[in-house]
Amino acid sequence: MSTATPAAGKGTLGTRTMKMNIGPQHPATHGTLHLECDVDGEVIADVRPHIGYLHTGFEKLAEYRGYNQFIPLSDRLNYLSAINNNIGFAQAVEEMLGVELTPRCRVLRVIMAELSRIADHAISIGLQAMDLGAFSIMLWTFVEREKLYDIFEAVTGGRLTTSWTRIGGLSRDVPEDFVPMVRKFVEYFPSVIDEVEKMLNKNRIFLRRTIGVGRVSKDDAISHGMTGPLLRATGVPYDVRRAKPYLGYEKYDFEIPTHPDGDVYSRYKVRVAELRQSLRIIEQAIENLPSGPVTALDSKVTLPDKFSVYNDLEALIHHFKLVMHGHGFQPPAGEWYSSTESPNGELGWFIVSDGTRNPYRLRCRPPSFINYTAFPKMVKGGMISDMVAVMSSLNIIAGELDR
Amino acid sequence: MVVVGVFGVVMQIVPLLVWAERRICAWVQDRVGPNRVGPFGLFQPLADAIKLLFKEDVLPDGVDRFLYFLAPALAFFPAAMTATVIPFGAPIMVGGDLLHLQVCRGNVGMLLFLALTGLSVYGIAFGGWASNNKFAMLGGLRASAQVLSYEIAMGLALVSVFMTSQSVDLNVIVADQTGTWLGFIPKWNAVKQPIAFVIFFVAAFAETNRLPFDLPECEAELIGGYHTEYSSMKFSLFFLAEYAAMFSSCCMITTLFLGGWSFPGMPSGNTGVLFGFLTLGVFFAKVLVLLFFFILVRWTLPRFRFDQLMHLGWKSLIPLSLANIAATGVAAQL
Repeated sequence: MSTATPAAGKGTLGTRTMKMNIGPQHPATHGTLHLECDVDGEVIADVRPHIGYLHTGFEKLAEYRGYNQFIPLSDRLNYLSAINNNIGFAQAVEEMLGVELTPRCRVLRVIMAELSRIADHAISIGLQAMDLGAFSIMLWTFVEREKLYDIFEAVTGGRLTTSWTRIGGLSRDVPEDFVPMVRKFVEYFPSVIDEVEKMLNKNRIFLRRTIGVGRVSKDDAISHGMTGPLLRATGVPYDVRRAKPYLGYEKYDFEIPTHPDGDVYSRYKVRVAELRQSLRIIEQAIENLPSGPVTALDSKVTLPDKFSVYNDLEALIHHFKLVMHGHGFQPPAGEWYSSTESPNGELGWFIVSDGTRNPYRLRCRPPSFINYTAFPKMVKGGMISDMVAVMSSLNIIAGELDR
Repeated sequence: MVVVGVFGVVMQIVPLLVWAERRICAWVQDRVGPNRVGPFGLFQPLADAIKLLFKEDVLPDGVDRFLYFLAPALAFFPAAMTATVIPFGAPIMVGGDLLHLQVCRGNVGMLLFLALTGLSVYGIAFGGWASNNKFAMLGGLRASAQVLSYEIAMGLALVSVFMTSQSVDLNVIVADQTGTWLGFIPKWNAVKQPIAFVIFFVAAFAETNRLPFDLPECEAELIGGYHTEYSSMKFSLFFLAEYAAMFSSCCMITTLFLGGWSFPGMPSGNTGVLFGFLTLGVFFAKVLVLLFFFILVRWTLPRFRFDQLMHLGWKSLIPLSLANIAATGVAAQL
């Protein structure tokens, strides 16, 4: 137990604020976060977040690895949306190399990215309800996430850590029953959203606990660099998929849901609306899924197909040049930045290449980290219970926060 | 015999309740729930009890030892005691003596109930204070504030019931609720005093620290609240207390508002043994429905914030119950 710190001359009886350490082991932090709070009764007078408990050195590790070897590490950033990270990273490197993806690959990436977004938002909404005490809703959404993970497992081989993309394509094509699986999910999932909304949207306790809590203004959100659902919950219709379309997002018909208030309730509303928009995108994509290869075979960065490796000398050499230690493709020297819309916001990758097979420096723009900077502003003056509500509405993932 | 019976019922209902809670919550949450130990997992609470008994009893540094040991007992005692004032069934004629299915008869029963429920918060407040843990202390503080806000509304809701029944004797209150209007609407206090019923029901949730009013433990922010530092049998006493209190509260609601052991179309003055058991069955059926509702609410609603709960208690329930008393008084004079 740490000692209480005297507050600057508050009250005639000499009342003091109490220092309370929330985390790094605490059920509300969903990861290893540490908040050093000064509480006045139940009111949070001040809060100092400490980060770094889950620091893994991803960016430094990248300097000792080829680009494809970094993809499994990108899973571990935001482990609730591994596929979005895979896609974002692969896209950054592809832009650097100037690789043109095949049409099938692009559409598959869109479908999987949106499925992953649904998985992330669903669990985020569930946790938001759970932290307010409505435990059942979390389990309802958790079941849906498991169903999505079944699809991910069939497609990628992994459930949580997918390592799905390769530079220039995908690790493999989707299984034959992929389309029916996704169709089934897309048809079924709206009923779950309706169920969750029925439980929460008119629930007086939920509304009281969320409306006006953890409010952040539009200007503050922009000046903190917040992105994703948190920014859209303040009324700014910024979405990388619209602002700087990639993977052909400009061809899909979808809306960018916003909510004007910037409080916990707005974030919930925006996330629920985004679930429906993601379903819309998936519906359109699955209708027009092109056939053909999933990797850009003509480029020098993807592995040639196995048949030609065994029968063709050129292909064999190509294969070895890519996989042998000390070899691999070498991008030109220079600096590139590329960003995608991950479920938590703009996930950016800044890569400095010196022309060797490893990046000279790799920097990730993690949405969680930047969104978290506004956290003290949101919780100061609120109560301890509000802090929990705000925390879960931010959907801070420690792996991405600390990298 | 009745004393042993009542204590036995309270002690036996708790494991069953724990089992029911887990199965019902699993049902709400599309899960299976405990189903391995015994038929339908019925022995699961027993396995849990054995596990808890063999857990290490941790005594953290810097605790107030006396209060730390006293708190769990103090929490459990009133919860188990409140069942004594409940008339569980119609009196039975056994060998020429009238056997009352009630431990503590007489018109002080209600006062005893109020006193004991008021006492139950001390266990939680002491537990939170003595644990030398800030989360526990906040839990204890919340419990005290919560009881202050709800005890009054609860008492005031009772006043209007007493006014309708013209008595504080629980047996009289039950007798007052027999009979029907138009042949199918039972003359229950829940019908006569719907506002008092709702207030008492809400207050009962707060009294038993059940969601949406489970702020003293509130696992999301206070980890375990007042019992964060408790382990082994001390923890299980707190656990028992919660369920025993839930059972007692449901018994009280049944007695006060749902006609107790009476049922519509009941012949009066029957003191047969079979009839006694029938009324006992009716009483428990009502209690079980209430318990089911308690459990269902816990797994449906989010919880209130501390200040919102105080707001609800002081600014809504207390004025409402006062208005209800006034309205009852006016209605009685008409």
